[in-house]
Formats: sequence, C-alpha cells, structure tokens
Amino acid sequence: MKEHLFEYLLRLGDDSLILGHRVSEWCGHGPILEEDIALTNISLDLIGQATSLLKYAGEVEGKGRDEDQLAFLRLEHDYKNCLLVEQLNGDFGMTIMRQFLFDAYRLPLFEALIHSSDSQLAAIAEKSLKETKYHYRHSAEWVIRLGDGTEESHERIQKAVNSLFKYHVDLFFTNHVDDALLKEGIVPEMKAIHNKWMESVKNVFSEATLEIPSNNWEQSGGRLGRHSEHLGLLLAEMQYMQRAYPNMEW
Amino acid sequence: MQLAMEQKYSQEELEKRFQDKIDNDIKIEPNDWMPDAYRKTLVRQISQHAHSEIVGMLPEGNWITRAPNLRRKAVLLAKVQDEAGHGLYLYSAVETLGADREETIDDLHSGKAKYSSIFNYPTLTWADMGAVGWLVDGAAIMNQVPLCRCSYGPYARAMVRVCKEESFHQRQGYEIIAKLAQGTPEQKEMAQDALNRFWWPSLMMFGPNDDDSPNSALSIKWKIKRFSNDELRQQFIDVTVPQAELIGLTVPDKDLKFNEETGHYEHGPINWDEFWEVVKGNGPCNEDRINTRRSAKENGEWVRAAANAFAEKRKMRVAV
Amino acid sequence: MSKNDWPLWEVFIRSKQGLNHKHVGSLRAADAEMAIENARDVYTRRSEGISIWVIESNNVYASDPSDMDSLFEPSQTKVYRHPTFYVVPDGISHM
Repeated sequence: MKEHLFEYLLRLGDDSLILGHRVSEWCGHGPILEEDIALTNISLDLIGQATSLLKYAGEVEGKGRDEDQLAFLRLEHDYKNCLLVEQLNGDFGMTIMRQFLFDAYRLPLFEALIHSSDSQLAAIAEKSLKETKYHYRHSAEWVIRLGDGTEESHERIQKAVNSLFKYHVDLFFTNHVDDALLKEGIVPEMKAIHNKWMESVKNVFSEATLEIPSNNWEQSGGRLGRHSEHLGLLLAEMQYMQRAYPNMEW
Repeated sequence: MQLAMEQKYSQEELEKRFQDKIDNDIKIEPNDWMPDAYRKTLVRQISQHAHSEIVGMLPEGNWITRAPNLRRKAVLLAKVQDEAGHGLYLYSAVETLGADREETIDDLHSGKAKYSSIFNYPTLTWADMGAVGWLVDGAAIMNQVPLCRCSYGPYARAMVRVCKEESFHQRQGYEIIAKLAQGTPEQKEMAQDALNRFWWPSLMMFGPNDDDSPNSALSIKWKIKRFSNDELRQQFIDVTVPQAELIGLTVPDKDLKFNEETGHYEHGPINWDEFWEVVKGNGPCNEDRINTRRSAKENGEWVRAAANAFAEKRKMRVAV
Repeated sequence: MSKNDWPLWEVFIRSKQGLNHKHVGSLRAADAEMAIENARDVYTRRSEGISIWVIESNNVYASDPSDMDSLFEPSQTKVYRHPTFYVVPDGISHM
C-alpha cells in the first residue's frame, strides 16, 4: 500500500510542481501588471502544494528523500505528472486554457480528497482546495472573457482548446494504484471526477462560446512517465543548480 | 476646483501657502494647489521609481526557473511579485498627479523615461540573487525610508507600504550570500564574484555626487528628498562593509578604509563614466530589458482588448 | 488613455481587526469581478484583509480643498458631539 500511496502522491505533487514552474515563467512578462501578479500567486500556491505533497511522498517512501531531492533529482521518466501541465505556455490564451482544464479537474479532486481516509492527504487537500477554488474562478472567468471578447481573442482561445483538449483523458488515467487506494478509501472514484470536469467544461465553454473539438483522439502516458519533449527541457533548467553543484546547501 | 483657489489668491500667496505647509510637515494631497515644477519633479521621480520596480523584476526573474530548491524558488517568486506590486502602488501614486500609467510606461519603452541603472547589469549566477537582495535592495531601502516622510501624501503612503513589505527582501538576499560564503570553496567563490560585480553599481544607485546633482536643492526644499545622494551613499557603505566582513567577503575597493575620526569609511573613486554610459543605454542589458518589457505589453494588447470588449458586452446585456 | 487600457478602480479593504473599509490604493481592471480579484492579489498578498470593496475611480467625487473651511469648520464648534463635553459624576466608570 505504501508504494501505491507514494506513486499517487508523486502524481499530485508533480502536477503542482511542473505547472507551478510553467506559470512562474510568466513572472515579469504578464499581459498587464495586475495579471502578472495574479499568475505569480497561482504559481506560488502550486509550488507550495508541490512542497507539501512531495515532502509527504518522501515520508511515505521512507528512503530518506526529502521534497527537494524528489523535485530536483529524479530522472525524467520518474516524474508522474500529466502531459497537460508540461505543455508550453504559448500565448496568454494557451496558458489560461491549460490552467482552466487543469483547475476543473483539480477542484472536484481536492473536494473529494478532503474526505480521504489518509488524514495527512486530507489535510493537504483541504488547504489546496481553498487555493484551487480561486484558481478555478480566475481561469474560468478568463476563458469566458477571451472566448466572448473580440474576434481575435475568440480565435486564439479556441485554438488553445483545439491544441490542448487531447491531453484531458490523461488527467483521469487510473490503474492498479488507484484501484488499491480506492479500496482503502484513500482516493475517490475517478469516474465521478471526470463527470464533474465535463460538466464544468461544458458550462464554461458554452458561456465562452467555445467548442469542444470533434476529433476525440487522446494523448496519454504522463502517469506512467512517458512524457512529451517539453518536460526534458523544463527539467534541464529546473535541475541545473542541483546537477551542476551536487550535494551542496543553498 | 483649483480654479477657485487661483481666483482667491495670487500666485505668490499660493506659493507661500504651499511652502508653509511643507515647512510645517503638512502633506500635499492630489487636489491641493502645487507649483508646476513640484508636480513635474514628482511625476518624473515617482514614475522612474515605478519603472525601476518593474524592470527590476527581470534580473531576478532570470533565476526563478533555476532556483536551487523549493524554498528558494518560492521566496524568490514572492519577492519578484512584490516588486510588481510596488510598481503598481507607485504607478497609482503617479496617476494622482494627473499622469496616465500607460503613457508613462510608453515613455519607458521609448527610452524617454529612465529607471535605476543597476538593473542593466546581468545576473550570471545564483549568488547574484543574494547580491541583488543584499546590496541592491539594501541601497534601495536607504533611499526609500526617508521617502516615507516625503511631502507628497500619496507617494509617502505608497512608500510606507513598500518599505514594510521590503523588509524581508534584503534579509533573504543576505541569507543567500551568507549561506554561500559559509559553503564549499566553489560557493564562496561564487559569492565573492557576485560582490565584486555588484558593489560599484550599487554605490552608483544613489546617483551622481552632490556637486553634479543640480535638482537636489529644490527637492530638499520641497521635502521630496531628505538627504543628499552622497549622504545616503555614505550611510550605505558604513552599514554594508561590516556585513561583508562578518561573512568573510572582501569589498572590491583597495582604497576602502575606516576613518576613526569621522567614524565613516572612505572609499575609492566611482567610475562615473560607466554610470553615465549605462544611463544613456549602453549598459550590458539595457536593450534586453526594454525589449522584454515592450514585448510583454505588445503581447498583452489582444488580452486587454478582449477584456474590455467583454466588459462592454456584459454592460449591454445587463442594460437590456 | 488608449482604447485598450482598462479603467482605474479604487480599492478598500477591511482587515481582520478593522471596523471599517480603508482605502489602500488603486489598480486597473476591465470589470468589477476582475477588480475584486486583482485587489485580492495586489493588496492582500500578506493576508491583510477579509473584505474588499472596489469602485471605479471616475465614480468618486472628492471634496474641494478650497471648500475646506465651509465643509469642516462648522463641526469643530459642535463640541456637544464629543463625549468629553459632558460632565459625569465621580465614581461613574465605563460610560
């Protein structure tokens, strides 16, 4: 059971870590000062979540690895984040759509995880839920603004949907890890989360006058460590200091 | 409303009433009568200050994605975000003087408006995050603390908020550099190298020598400035040299010595040619910094337009 | 203001201990929802507040400083509005 929980915590923690990293790339480059600050807040929340989740993962694993060792010293295929979060920032529309598709998944997930039979996971979920509610509100409002804004913004955000939608099934991937944890009441049924996600997406897209792509081809593999080309480069940057100067205190 | 004041009093009386207020430490507020030159000086100074905060996000932003651990990453991100916030408070203060924020930003992008020249130096190693926090924020705080008592109310209030929030900035920088100075030989070398590169540009942050700073006297009379450039620079050196010594780093100035009589450090000559070249745009990063800010604004154009269009539509729908 | 600039909003925050909303500054936002969110991100980064008001700056009417005498001086003579105007017998406390 321990190794299943460890695996599951890596999925949650790596999602926060990688998306937090991506969003942090916006700092200093936002479309307006106020939004620059908002994006950085989201990034800070995500990095905070990653810290708690990976710290707990290290404790569960019991091999003496702390959150930094897990965050900075694993090989690419040992990262268990979904493919969506590692995708490039692109324009602001792409970033907002990636965030929205993710928030719409994270929100019901954390809502369910606060009832987890694992009390520490439940506590992390409770703190993260408050943050995620805000992220969801922020990204959903922006999706609507951009979708129902100008012709150009509509076109750009629809393009983002078309490009990112294929990664959504990856979010709801389950295997024997989930099955085992579900039996113990540690994690919720993914099907229910998927349904809630679909409901949010439909509602927000309808208000934003956006369309779900008709092509339903899926890309997945993130939870198994099979990533896109983008993750390797992201990690090369993120791990630079720890790799170039091993075993030092900062 | 200013018309009413102007009808009531002559120009001379207005100026006298204005100066009396300043002499009695009564704050000047946005709708109060003020001499044009006072308004202009403030618009220039506050917008330069705001631009410095915003451009100042970039050299540190350069290391956010390469921070060595999660704690440092979060702290750096929070600090750079604070700088965005401070820029925003200051732009708000400029707007109370009738200037338009986006217009002042356009002046920055066209090269018409200046910002602190320190941000035109590159951040080459992680130790620079320490040096920037310790030296650059340290110098900024020296400048900013007296500004909390500046005669212009909105500027003074913005500075109170900024100074309160910035108290952690310098500490986190010193913590980084101290940690490196106590670390491995490689880390110590990294720390010393950062001090070598940032020491002199930090001293230049206080501006030219008093003899070459023509606007200072008026700013002091108006209580926009409380201390001269050289006074603040001296204060900075006196405070900072012992901090370097404490962690075993050497200030890169062979002429530096403590004068027992005056109780102050004496320092070697500052390379003012370098200062003026960097101010003129010839520093190592001037072009990159401005191009980055300009493209952030240009790339955001469609986003801002979309939000406005949507707000318009929503208003119409509510009205129907 | 160019056509794509957002309007200016004034932000008022009530802190945990505070009784009143206090003006903290201004910011840019395209609509009220965004103004509230931006205010939360800009002005409560250190959990300064529990309630936020925003109002478009061009809806604020300010008193004219040259009217200061007529607006505020009359109240200076209305000392009976201040509790210290009243004599309370010795031995009475908490009033």
